Amino acid sequence: MKPLSVVVTSICDIFAWFIVVFGVYVINNGHSTPGGGFQGGAITATFLSFVLVAYGGSHFKQWVREGVYGLLEFVGLVAFFIFGCLGFPNSFFYNSLAIAYGATPLSEWIPYCGTISLMNVAVGFEVVGALSIVVITMYESIHMVSTGEGMGGERGHDRFNR
Amino acid sequence: MTDSIVSALDTLGNSAYVVVALLILMALYTMLTQKNLIKICVSIAILGSSVNMFLVLLGYRDGGEIPIYFLQGENQAMVLPTPQCLTLTAIVIALATTALMLSLIILLHKHYGTLDIDEIRRLRG
Amino acid sequence: MNIRDHLPAFLVMLPLLGAFLTPAVGSLGKVIRNGFYILFSFLTLLTSLSIGCAVFWGNPMVYVMGGDSFALTLPSGMSYPVRILFEIDAFGALFAICIAIASFAGALFSIAYMDKFSGWKKYLALYFMLTAGALGMCATGDLFNFFVFVEISSIASFGLVAFWRDKPEAIEASFKYMLVSQIAAMLLLIGIGSLYGKYNSVTMAALSSMMRDGYLERVVIALIFCVLAFKCGAFPMHTWMPDAYAEAPTGVTCLLVTVSQASFYGLIRVCYSIFPRIATGGVVGWVLIVIGCMSMFFGVMMAVVQHEIKRLMGYHSISQVGYMLLALGVGLVALGDQKDMIDYGYTAMKGGLFHAANYSIYKALLFLCAGSLYYATGTRNLDKMGGLARNMPWTTGMFVIAAAAISGLPPFNGFVSKWMIYESSFAIHPILPAIAMVTSVLTLASFAKVFQAAFLGPAKADFVAVREAPGFMLAGMAVLTVATLLLTLFPSWFTSNIFEKAAVALADNAAYVRAVMGGI
Repeated sequence: MKPLSVVVTSICDIFAWFIVVFGVYVINNGHSTPGGGFQGGAITATFLSFVLVAYGGSHFKQWVREGVYGLLEFVGLVAFFIFGCLGFPNSFFYNSLAIAYGATPLSEWIPYCGTISLMNVAVGFEVVGALSIVVITMYESIHMVSTGEGMGGERGHDRFNR
Repeated sequence: MTDSIVSALDTLGNSAYVVVALLILMALYTMLTQKNLIKICVSIAILGSSVNMFLVLLGYRDGGEIPIYFLQGENQAMVLPTPQCLTLTAIVIALATTALMLSLIILLHKHYGTLDIDEIRRLRG
Repeated sequence: MNIRDHLPAFLVMLPLLGAFLTPAVGSLGKVIRNGFYILFSFLTLLTSLSIGCAVFWGNPMVYVMGGDSFALTLPSGMSYPVRILFEIDAFGALFAICIAIASFAGALFSIAYMDKFSGWKKYLALYFMLTAGALGMCATGDLFNFFVFVEISSIASFGLVAFWRDKPEAIEASFKYMLVSQIAAMLLLIGIGSLYGKYNSVTMAALSSMMRDGYLERVVIALIFCVLAFKCGAFPMHTWMPDAYAEAPTGVTCLLVTVSQASFYGLIRVCYSIFPRIATGGVVGWVLIVIGCMSMFFGVMMAVVQHEIKRLMGYHSISQVGYMLLALGVGLVALGDQKDMIDYGYTAMKGGLFHAANYSIYKALLFLCAGSLYYATGTRNLDKMGGLARNMPWTTGMFVIAAAAISGLPPFNGFVSKWMIYESSFAIHPILPAIAMVTSVLTLASFAKVFQAAFLGPAKADFVAVREAPGFMLAGMAVLTVATLLLTLFPSWFTSNIFEKAAVALADNAAYVRAVMGGI
């Protein structure tokens, strides 16, 4: 993919960061407003496709490392699982950190909803990672089709070398 | 603004369901008549969205507010939260399948050099 | 609450944890990765077996995700079944055990079979997701979660069918499967949504207790019936099945068989437990019988003419699913009439469930044998094989056992379950056992052909140097062979202790409702 004009790249410079900030806001307030991990994660992941469209493939390849997003995905999934296990004396996913209605929390930083907001953050990590990997993989396969290269050096084929 | 939409929906009655049915029929028609893989993929996305609309409609209440306890304000009527949870899950699933389907279409195009569904048939018998 | 109460959660948690940990474990080296793969499959198997012990000799297990009771009690005092709910009775536990056995055997097999290929992290993660989805379908007590688990297992299986993405056929099979499967899933969601709109609940037990007869319910049962019959590969909607089974890696095919069994579980659960008042006695049972007979007959007719070993077995799967549909259809016709149930209904249901367990075990074994042949020779075409019995004695022995079991030769388990089906379907109409017997004979004929073509005859020059499959592959096949032999040696114990309890649990809709609603 070729980079677009200077107008688009300038707009991308200005607004791409707002997309990320807005996505993180949606993730962090998912327990009390419409939104949450998946929605915020999807908004945040548009950052990557914005950069890809504005700056084109060669810059994109230099800037993006797939391993980072794989790590994000892994951390999100495992954290989600651990937060689910936190409820274990009662049941899986039991909200053991929740503060009862009317009780005073220890600090104003702890939300009333308990594990729900933490799970939102975990899901947010996971979705950012996963959707970014989707964008990267699709870009690579477009690249692969246009240049006729092999598939990322994988030997996932069905022919035996005997 | 919201009030006018609500009253408009009120006068229209169940017509929202008619829209859903039309969308579903459109999607099925496209799927059966089109030969292009991308168009078929789009029609499946339309089918998914129309089913999601159907689920949201099931939980609609006249004049209801968002189903979050401390944001609902003076109005005590909330729309039902369960269909919205169902819709969210269905949206996530639809997104995953659409992404996977597009990736498969890219691979199919690489292998067969065409997007016409009639020419992609090596598996017979 | 002790750890026994948490078993239903572990059933889905363990494979999911396996899938989540794969990105980290997959890069730690081959030995750790293989150990992890076997360990998690084995733990899942243990969990399902202990659930089986608890359920077959006890009460149905109910587990509520994230709460102490299944209902959210509103301030007005109205109790409302809202939470995510797992409910496992004897019928569900039977299928969960079959899935876990096949998953374990497929894991052992895949370690050697997939050794040459890259992409292991993705393979492992998708394999565990597929197991989790199939087990979840058997464990859930909630229609919407059933949809979610159907989709989890479908998406994982699309990925796994297309795993060898350098092969155009694999991509094509996966795309075909995905196209029809997505339409089916959306129709299923419309059905579930309509039920929610009318009854304000998606919990299966609550729906079952509130269910009345009406136009909407009839439309919904038709929708859900078509979708799940499609997913389990019944006759008019079978075309995806041989393609997907043939093109998937063999360790996965063995698991795909049980995933279609999980869809069969859903179909039977919906007919017997959710819509008993509409489905009993009348049209639905007969539709099951007719679809079953057609799948049996046409499946085997298409299998006889195949020359490719995995496609042949894929068509046999259709015909085997037909047996189970026939048996459970007979049970559904008899359900509701106490005398008919005692005369032939319970026999039919026991036979059908016995056949379901048999099918998922020996069919998985047959697919693994086919994979082993493919691994050794590099071809799936039966015309090119020949004389492999000398080179591969273990594979030959296990193939003979599985082929004899699927053809219903007398001492084997396939004979016992088929005999029950013949006996009970004769009470409805004499043509039904006749069709079933013709199918059985044709099955025998086609497996005799496979045996003759692949194992007997003079050794082909290309395959003189062929050696026996590696140890892990044989171990995976041995697990399933041992299960087949156990079912063969103790059919009466299994029938009276497991299949009868599963049949009674399935027929007794009130007990299913009571386990959740608590005597309402």
